[in-house]
Parts: sequence; structure tokens; C-alpha cells
Amino acid sequence: MAIYMQRCYYAALGMVGSPQDAEDLSQEAFARAFKARARLDPDRPFYPWLYQILRRLCYNFTRDTSTRRRKLERAGSWLVAEATVRASVDDPERVRATDELRDELERAIEDLPLAQREVFVLKEFEGLKYREIAELLDVPIGTVMSRLYAARHKLAAQLEGLE
Amino acid sequence: MTDEAGPISRSRELLLQALDGELAPGEQVELERLLLDNPELREEWDRFSRLKEVTGNMKLRNPPQEMWDGYWNSVYGRFERGIAWILVSIGAIVLGSWGAWSGVQDLMADADLPTFVKWSILALIVGLVMLLVSVLRYRIFVSRTDPYKEIER
Repeated sequence: MAIYMQRCYYAALGMVGSPQDAEDLSQEAFARAFKARARLDPDRPFYPWLYQILRRLCYNFTRDTSTRRRKLERAGSWLVAEATVRASVDDPERVRATDELRDELERAIEDLPLAQREVFVLKEFEGLKYREIAELLDVPIGTVMSRLYAARHKLAAQLEGLE
Repeated sequence: MTDEAGPISRSRELLLQALDGELAPGEQVELERLLLDNPELREEWDRFSRLKEVTGNMKLRNPPQEMWDGYWNSVYGRFERGIAWILVSIGAIVLGSWGAWSGVQDLMADADLPTFVKWSILALIVGLVMLLVSVLRYRIFVSRTDPYKEIER
């Protein structure tokens, strides 16, 4: 269960971009899954079923207008640049540049349509294969690839504008 | 669900697969040929590679250990609260209905109350119950059949 806890939390974090909301939504997904456990097919894997509950919660959450308002007021990042961790303290310029790039990338990802953002996060930050993403989302692999392409197309254009 | 992207061409599929390390051995040659022949695709490859390089250096932020430590307590708490709310709701509905029914019986038994007032009270109660049942039935019907409920507005 500890593995599912982490997977659920990070999946929610990628979709909603706020640690507090990701914790709240992933816990709610477990509570709902427990209530609905009678509907779980024992012959099918558990995580895709749980993920469907979680993503529905996340979609509803981001659709909520008050959530959008809260999102605008939200401070703090949900990504961390490994280069910042590795960089020595005597290289503050590099750290600052990396942090700026991370902030811009975060904003660009947050602006993506949720269906594209979801696929992008699952691929880039959770390292899932196309087949695994398709199974989680219950869509064909072609749909996964087209969403991923659309997301990368937009993000690459924005990144180019920054550099 | 929403914001569906259109299908992509074979060359773009190969491009993505190569970036993500999911290219089959025989397809590498095909992609290289396409990259040589198509400058637009080559340009896209360079831009996507740069993006991949940037995102490859990032990861989702880890929460503090205390969050993991208290995670399941919070899940159990939610489940308990869910059961508590169901019990409270059932109790409130049963007691409220019983109180209302007793009140109506007392009013109806009151010989001093004019008949038209008694009938009005009865009509009011029956009307309220019908409205409540109708609204509940409609909400249940919409939640089961609305094809757009998952669409982001």
C-alpha cells in the first residue's frame, strides 16, 4: 500500500500542482476506493482502478472555479531542479537561472489542458511507458502519443521563447 | 476527456518514441532517414530534445516525511467521518420525519383549529415532500446520464 500511496500522491501533485491539495485528493481517493471496494474486479490490477478514482477527483478539483482562484493565489513550486541540489553554494548565478527556468516550466505545464498535462507528467516525471499510461487512462496508445506531442509542442515553443 | 489532440503522423510518432527510448531497433534507421529528408522534423527534434534535457533535470518535489507518517491516519479519519455523516443524516431524517408526523397528528386532532387550516397544513407538507422527491430524483438521473459531466468548463 505504501507504493500506491506514493504513486497516488505524485500523480495528484502532477495534475493539481499543489502539495497540500495533492495530499488531500490522494487521501480522498483511498477513502473512496475503500468505500467502493465491492466494485473492484479481483482479476484486474488495482492501481489503474484507483487511478481512475483519483483522476476524476483531480479533474473535478481543477474544474472548480474557486479552486482556480485559489491556484492563482498559490505560491511555491511543485517541481525541483536536480541541478539546484547539486550546484554548489558558490555558484548562485547558476542556481538562480535554474530556479527561473523551473518556475517558467511549471507555469507552462500548468497552462496545458489537463488531459495533456496528465500524460506529460506521467511520462516525464513518473517515467511510465506509453503502454502503461494508456492502461492507466484507459485510452489507446495513439491518444497518449497525440496528447504528449501536443504538450511537448506547446512547451518546447515556450521554452524557446525563454532562451 | 477534454482538449483532445488530433492524431499525429508516423514521423512524429517515431520522433516521440526515439526521445522516450521506446523506438524499436528497426525504426532507428527510418527515423534517421526522415530527419535527413525533412528539415522541419529535424528542427522539431532539436526543440523537443532541448525540452527533454530540461525536464530530465527536474523531478516532482518530495513532501516532508511527516506527511507520509500521518498519511493513513488521515485516510482512516476520512472514512470514519464518511460513516459518521451517513449515520447522522439517517438519524436526522428519521427523527425529523417522526417529529413532523407527530406535530401534524396533534394539529389534526386539535378540535379548535379550523378545517381549512388543517387542510392547508396537509397540502403544504405533501407539496414539500413531493418537491423534495422530485429534486432528488432529477439529481440522481442527471448524475447517472449526463454525458458532459467530465468535461472541463
